[in-house]
Amino acid sequence: MQELIHRAKSLLESGEVSRVLGWKKGENVFDVEPAFFATAEELENFVYNGFCGANLSKYMIEASTWEGKTLVFLKPCDTYSFNQLCKEHRIDREKAYIIGVGCKGKLKAEKLGAENILDVQGAGYPDCSDTLKVTTLYGEQEVAYKDAMLERCHVCKGKEHQVYDELIGESVDTCDADRFAEVAKIEAMSPEEKFAFFQAELSKCIRCNACRNVCPACSCRKCIFDSTKFDSNQKANTTSFEEKMFHIIRAFHVAGRCTDCGECSRVCPQGIPLHLFNRKFIKDINNLYGEYQAGVDIDAKAPLTSFRTDDAEPGVGRG
Amino acid sequence: MPVNNENWKPTIVAFCCNWCSYAGADLAGSSRLAYPADVKIIKVPCSCRVNPMFILRAFEKGADGVILCGCHPGDCHYSTGNYYARRRMTLLFSMLDYLGIEEGRTRVEWVSAAEGVKFSETMNSFVEKVRTLGPSVRLGDLRCKN
Repeated sequence: MQELIHRAKSLLESGEVSRVLGWKKGENVFDVEPAFFATAEELENFVYNGFCGANLSKYMIEASTWEGKTLVFLKPCDTYSFNQLCKEHRIDREKAYIIGVGCKGKLKAEKLGAENILDVQGAGYPDCSDTLKVTTLYGEQEVAYKDAMLERCHVCKGKEHQVYDELIGESVDTCDADRFAEVAKIEAMSPEEKFAFFQAELSKCIRCNACRNVCPACSCRKCIFDSTKFDSNQKANTTSFEEKMFHIIRAFHVAGRCTDCGECSRVCPQGIPLHLFNRKFIKDINNLYGEYQAGVDIDAKAPLTSFRTDDAEPGVGRG
Repeated sequence: MPVNNENWKPTIVAFCCNWCSYAGADLAGSSRLAYPADVKIIKVPCSCRVNPMFILRAFEKGADGVILCGCHPGDCHYSTGNYYARRRMTLLFSMLDYLGIEEGRTRVEWVSAAEGVKFSETMNSFVEKVRTLGPSVRLGDLRCKN
């Protein structure tokens, strides 16, 4: 972390970048938040640790409109989103100086609670250790690093940065599960079970729009779900179709552009596994139209803006 | 959901492209080929004009089945529109299936302007299928229904 701050300071001082986009200390150790730093003094609050799950690429859309370059720290998975936004001409690559940071999997504070570790005051981040030391009000506790990791880190796409100007820090491979196993499990259910599963998950939705706001692909200037003319634009206190509609349309709008960064599931205050929607589309696209990973190749044609004359007919493989 | 009431009539929304399927429906009419009056046709410029939202909104507002008709692949008036529609609908239908919506409430059929018979047969079989499925409960939203 000191190496990152040091490098950021020297780039600021040399005038090569006008500001730094990174993560800032929060009130609690797990409350890390994205922030812009304009001076070397402000960088004292800079932090990079296991709780820095936030994907900073989306902030580059705004930063691309500002004077001067922005130094941005990107984890391997964030670089896919950055590339995808470059492809969509939302980010100006020339306005960004990218330092690719190493990643050994990011943590989810809620998972510590699930492990019965409460009132966390601090957490150690040993670089090569498999255990996470957590300081709590009741003394020090240990937890296997893997048990506190975000879901997306278990199905990591790889620790190689897709785009960068320089790299700092080592990564550790965290992939230990099949990315589509959860989707396949749901696909194997009966329609009644599927419906009950999604009804149970989605009825928790409070329509806070956090998933939309954090999603790098969901960066339209005008959003259909902000329309007041839409008679189901607000959460109703019924078991209506509304929240399913919201999530289907949101997933559809990012289909073929979603890099599966997992931010939607990370920020959901209700703990809804929203990645299941995006991953279903990715699985279908891979099966029907050939393997495609958004954010890898800037020049590749997106699956929903291209076609083949012998594509599958709708409804094939159903029921 | 089994329906005991034999008089129940489903509401079917059919999105038909201006160039092939709508003309196909016209031909079915002028050829005196019968198809159920439960089918409400909405004319669209091309099958690819149909946004997935249109289909979900139709269900939300009380449709029991939605069918999309367009030119045969390769025959699109705009050359390639229906190829894009095909990919979109494939993904949307797969997603609806994933959410546990009964199979058979959605369909895509390619009907040319010369296929009045096919139009009438398609609508008859689709209405029959939806009739056996009963009213759409899982996709409706009370606030949107009149």
